[in-house]
Amino acid sequence: MLTDLHKHLLNDFQRDFPLSPTPYRDIADTLGVTETDVLAALAELNEQQFISRIGAVIPPNQIGASMLVAMAVPENELQRVADQISAFPEVNHNYEREHRFNVWFVAVAATVQQLQAVIERIEQQTGYAALRLPLVDDFFIDLGFKLDLQHA
Amino acid sequence: MLEARDLAVLAQVSAGLPLCPRPYAQIGMELGMDEAEVISRVTALKAQGLIKRLGVIVKHRPLGYRANAMVVWDVPDELIKELGMYISHFSFVNLCYQRPRQPEWPYNLYCMIHGKDRATVLAQLEQLNEACSLARYGRQILFSRRCFKQRGAVYQAMPMAVVANG
Repeated sequence: MLTDLHKHLLNDFQRDFPLSPTPYRDIADTLGVTETDVLAALAELNEQQFISRIGAVIPPNQIGASMLVAMAVPENELQRVADQISAFPEVNHNYEREHRFNVWFVAVAATVQQLQAVIERIEQQTGYAALRLPLVDDFFIDLGFKLDLQHA
Repeated sequence: MLEARDLAVLAQVSAGLPLCPRPYAQIGMELGMDEAEVISRVTALKAQGLIKRLGVIVKHRPLGYRANAMVVWDVPDELIKELGMYISHFSFVNLCYQRPRQPEWPYNLYCMIHGKDRATVLAQLEQLNEACSLARYGRQILFSRRCFKQRGAVYQAMPMAVVANG
């Protein structure tokens, strides 16, 4: 069950987190609670897996190289192939999607050459061809996501 | 060019701020910097656009947003920037990218839509179609099924010396 404090923390501080020495106290002052209340509520949200972290979102391809890759894998091979892909430390997202191209993953490496080598190794190990979909342009201005928490 | 100290700060703040009264001082202690240097480097990285957003990063699925669709279109190259920027303004859109068309995948505009259920996502997609006149373009909707793996990106992209510190 989420309290009002939880809901405010989830929705009101997704961006422009205070860059003062005491950001949690600043948030507490804004919400009219104590710093201890804020730290405790954030720890609860963390424990309950409602937040992944309080941190920075980095735009793709500014540091290192990344690539979205798709594969079309038969259902009876899906788990094996997905496990092989996930085992690569360079892979950070790996999803099943409803399509003939049903495996979608993102690989990152320090350089484009290293990235290409990783994707070739994944193709060899899994035995399936990779559809390479590098980023050309990013149109998204990330302002966070307004959650409807009325019934949460 | 980013300094090694910027990369080290970036690795720490993308992994997450500690939950303690002086989180920037805590990060500084691990990196051998004082609190003021950490704050000024984070401030500069934000201004340069190397930090897109700093704050609470929520998990959509546990908070009731169970449906997620990646939608791809084949739109004319000369319109893609305008369309992409417009699509990005809708509150239910989470990502919006251009990627190259491939012979067996002739789509160049990608967006991600989160919703509480599949019907909501499809209704939101319809809203986008109307507002951006997208119905005339070839399209695919790919709902996500299983998540095999998900975690932050930045550590793997860091030079090894920085990873060792982070």
